[in-house]
Amino acid sequence: MRQEAFESRHAESWATFERWIAVLSAPRGRRGPDDDPVATISKNFPAMYRKICHHLALARTRRYSIGLQQRLNQLALDGHQHLYRTRTPFFTAIGNFLVREFPGAFRKQWRFMLASTLMFYLPAVGMALAVVAQPEIIYSLLDPVDVSQMEEMYDPANDVLGRERDSGSDIQMFGFYIYNNISIGFRTFAGGLLFGLGSLFFLIFNGLFFGAITAHLTVAGFTETFSSFVIGHSSFELTAITIFGGVGLMLGYGALAPGRKSRWQAIRSRARDGLPLIYGGTLMLVAAAFVEAFWSSTAWPPLSFKYAVGSFFWVLHIFYFWLMGRNEP
Amino acid sequence: MLLDTAYNIGTPEGVELRLPVAGLAPRSLAWLIDALIKSATLTVLSIFLQVFGDLGGGIYLLIVFVLLWFYNVLFEILNHGATPGKRALGLRVMNANGTPVGWSGSLLRNLVRFVDVLPGCYAFGCVSVLLSKQFQRLGDLAAGTIVVYAPKTQASGKSDSTPPVPLKARMTLDEQQAIVSFGERANLLNEERAEELAAILTPVLEDADRARLLGHANWLIGERSAS
Repeated sequence: MRQEAFESRHAESWATFERWIAVLSAPRGRRGPDDDPVATISKNFPAMYRKICHHLALARTRRYSIGLQQRLNQLALDGHQHLYRTRTPFFTAIGNFLVREFPGAFRKQWRFMLASTLMFYLPAVGMALAVVAQPEIIYSLLDPVDVSQMEEMYDPANDVLGRERDSGSDIQMFGFYIYNNISIGFRTFAGGLLFGLGSLFFLIFNGLFFGAITAHLTVAGFTETFSSFVIGHSSFELTAITIFGGVGLMLGYGALAPGRKSRWQAIRSRARDGLPLIYGGTLMLVAAAFVEAFWSSTAWPPLSFKYAVGSFFWVLHIFYFWLMGRNEP
Repeated sequence: MLLDTAYNIGTPEGVELRLPVAGLAPRSLAWLIDALIKSATLTVLSIFLQVFGDLGGGIYLLIVFVLLWFYNVLFEILNHGATPGKRALGLRVMNANGTPVGWSGSLLRNLVRFVDVLPGCYAFGCVSVLLSKQFQRLGDLAAGTIVVYAPKTQASGKSDSTPPVPLKARMTLDEQQAIVSFGERANLLNEERAEELAAILTPVLEDADRARLLGHANWLIGERSAS
């Protein structure tokens, strides 16, 4: 069949299909009154799509012009994108995620989670012991200026605990925590692509840092101000960082030991497995920033109350990851 | 066909969809445009938000965070796979299987961007784009995504009203297709270039010129007499 005859015979189908694509791509509100109803389109779409694919194959084997082939290729591609896109209802997905997917993924990847927890807390404990034994060691890690700034912040001699602030600066700190902490989390994850080394670096470095400061402020006798500030959000923040580190280690493991897959395939499948953990970790860091900005810095609650709330959050975390998501495959 | 960057996607319907993958230069330009948009937005915002003191500072940092990590993600999901920079260059992101990029793909490719930037100036990303078959940076490889040219709407088959001229010489299908394609594209070329291209056929077709080839092209696609 000559190209022209082919084109004129099928032009109407192609135009219809183009119209359908336009209707399906348009946002719900903007569909015109004379567009075909979506129900009709959905019913006839797959058959029409197969027809277009058939035409494309014919156009190629019969060597019709490149322009025609490209047009059909485009039609088939648009159809493909509509037919094979994946959709899940938003709120169902969120609930399902919090109750099953996130803790389930955490349990499933427990080896990596354990490894990254150790890589964070062991250096922290080691550094803390070292600082207690030999207080100058902190200066190998931190600038003296930073250290004295820390001391000033948590000095019980201040009449306000931590930082007593108006609501404007609460929001400022919230913005800072979101920006700073979540960026650290994301980097800890992404660094895993470098055979896990980036994640290890961030985990160990942050562990050392955390241990050094805790020990230093304890030695200086600022325990109360410091720990009552930290305990509220630490469960969210530290757990999230170790989760990000763990997913980073997953990537690194995929790169180092791909098994029967190609290296990139292994990394890709590890990354997909780790995605729920990244979403969950991000949520936890947002929660951490919220608690840190609006609760941890408040001075009015009695210390015991702040300790109670902070401990409650820790217990919550332990039970969440211990009990939830057990039935995930 | 061997020289172009087409990437083929096999579909369950048994046809291959062809997509031209975008290389380093257009992607860098798209990145540059996005970077300019982001920095301009931040500059304007920082001036505006200064009025609100600490509160403004907090909101500013929140916006920096969102722009830094989610600018690309949000545009890629809500804007058919294209940030403003990509749209300007005619590019879009999609999954390697030809489906639209979703949250997971887009988020992964943009988080891993952090590694692509290392050790400076997107060095890892550039090397990866240059070395990988589908011009993927590390983020694309980790997420299984590709950046392709969003196809432009094509001029339709017959672009000229030259009366059809019967083609006497025997030609293979590929050769015929070359002539038809010439007919399609002739009006995109300037006249001298079109004549020059047509003249290549002189050894095969006596007095091959632009008009004659257009006639052959119209004859080949099926037109039989001048209308």
